[in-house]
Amino acid sequence: MSFINVNHINKTFKVAKRRSGLKAALKSFFKREYQYIEAVKDISFQIEKGEIVGYIGPNGAGKSTTIKILSGILVPDSGTCTINGMTPWKDRKKYVSNIGVVFGQRSQLWWDIPAEDTFDLLKDIYNLNDEEYLKTKNNLIKMLDIEEVIKIPVRQLSLGQRMRCEIAASLIHNPSILFLDEPTIGLDAISKKVVRDFIKKINKELKTTVILTTHDMSDIEALAKRIILIGKGRILYDGTLKNLKEKYGNTRHILVNTNNTIKNITKKGIIKQEKVDSGYLFEIDTNIISISSFLKYLSDIVSIEDVDIDTENIDNIIIKLYKDFEI
Amino acid sequence: MKVYLNLFKLKFMNQLQYRMAAIAGISTQFFFGIVYIMVYLAFYTSNGDTSLPMKWNELICYLWLMQSLFALVNPWVKDNELLSMIKDGNIAYELCRPINFYKKWYATMYGNRLAATLLRFLPIIIIAVILPEPYKLLPPNSITSFILFLISLTISSLLITAISMLYHSITMFTLDEKGIMSLLMVFIEIFSGGVIPLVFFPNFLKIIAYILPFRYIIDLPFRVYSGNIPISTAIPNIGISIIWLIIIIFIGYKLSIRACNKAIVQGG
Repeated sequence: MSFINVNHINKTFKVAKRRSGLKAALKSFFKREYQYIEAVKDISFQIEKGEIVGYIGPNGAGKSTTIKILSGILVPDSGTCTINGMTPWKDRKKYVSNIGVVFGQRSQLWWDIPAEDTFDLLKDIYNLNDEEYLKTKNNLIKMLDIEEVIKIPVRQLSLGQRMRCEIAASLIHNPSILFLDEPTIGLDAISKKVVRDFIKKINKELKTTVILTTHDMSDIEALAKRIILIGKGRILYDGTLKNLKEKYGNTRHILVNTNNTIKNITKKGIIKQEKVDSGYLFEIDTNIISISSFLKYLSDIVSIEDVDIDTENIDNIIIKLYKDFEI
Repeated sequence: MKVYLNLFKLKFMNQLQYRMAAIAGISTQFFFGIVYIMVYLAFYTSNGDTSLPMKWNELICYLWLMQSLFALVNPWVKDNELLSMIKDGNIAYELCRPINFYKKWYATMYGNRLAATLLRFLPIIIIAVILPEPYKLLPPNSITSFILFLISLTISSLLITAISMLYHSITMFTLDEKGIMSLLMVFIEIFSGGVIPLVFFPNFLKIIAYILPFRYIIDLPFRVYSGNIPISTAIPNIGISIIWLIIIIFIGYKLSIRACNKAIVQGG
């Protein structure tokens, strides 16, 4: 039995819909029309203790819904879920004392007071003893570099500073599972790095199981070995990032600068050819034609001034995946 | 238990920051008190108080107590922090804490109410006591009346907080408090004796008002103080108000559990 077991989870939301305009508004006053949105359909997966799993998918795919079910906030319509031997929405009180949750778009910190005061309140809420609390707090302060930040009222913090405090607040009770729902949304490069390094560190040192959703693929690359891709409420891919790259990372974009004109060349392996401002952009399938043989072929026809080969970009892979699955 | 006390304390301290709000509250209540008294005075001098259900000295106590303790018994109090959490979805964080939702917010709201009251009531009482007759606030009817007044006032404040919790829980289903609040609050204000004392109601309305739980918020404590409700009647009424308190807390508690299970977190 795995640490986290999710079996055939379904959740449908009932949404009132109406068209814009006064007439539609009047009509809906008397008769409401509802629409049923299947947020997650038959979701199943297992996660072992100490794993970092990236949970990805386009907007509205059902990522946040899954996180909310896993953290005991939402009750699914059907399906079972056991985490650490407990069902989140049934053993809520016992269960939640062992998890930490960060919703990147929301705040759990008290707006008017310094973050440190929120930590103190959380200490009471989680019923932590002084020694344990101080140890965890000091450790978090050190790792996230928020020594000074936590003394300033939260409303005066920058987003990056606030997010670091949010993460610290979620971990103040030393949970064994951490759910991160878009933890790096809107952060600058440095803050992102701090957050990522921190997640890596707690996973390594404290064996915290981390499930994170994000739209930033560099987060995934930096953190998660395993990814679960979800689209339109269904799981589309569950496996390692490496496999995904091997499977879908076979196209490369090559920008060629030349003074010559290149006519349409038809050669096996060249998927697309396009004239752009600074030259020609080729898309090639590296399973059929290698980069070197492509360049060799091209340099035989024209004199190449400069080439720019894009690095294997996970964003491109994901875009392709989304297209393939039509999500 | 400790956490609820700490929450209560935190809210209490937070409320103490709002000095201007307290001063504004005091002046509003004082102004209202004077206006009410002048209206009733005109009414009483033209009728004489023998045919009326409340003697002047009882009425003046009722009015001043209501104004000075308005923050404690006001049905219109709402917790904007909780309401905005429900509306924008930050309630998500509330639901993933190992703490009882109902107890937490009950403690918070009670802390707010008590702090607001403690900041406001004393200045109004002091001014009301030093005013000349017939505006002057009079001492309680007897020591026993005063003790019963304090007991029924405590129950009153717990009861109105329980009612507040009830409609804050309903807001978790409706997602907006305005409809339910305007409907319920006007009703509660009238039937608690907040607009005019219930004894002035026509008979059929009086019967309804005495059946409903709302009279225990304002009517009972402030009439007990002046002896308008004698001690022998006050004691069984306090008993009934305790039963109502238990019932309303029970309903609110069950409703909040249901609301938490059905809660749909708004946005993202």
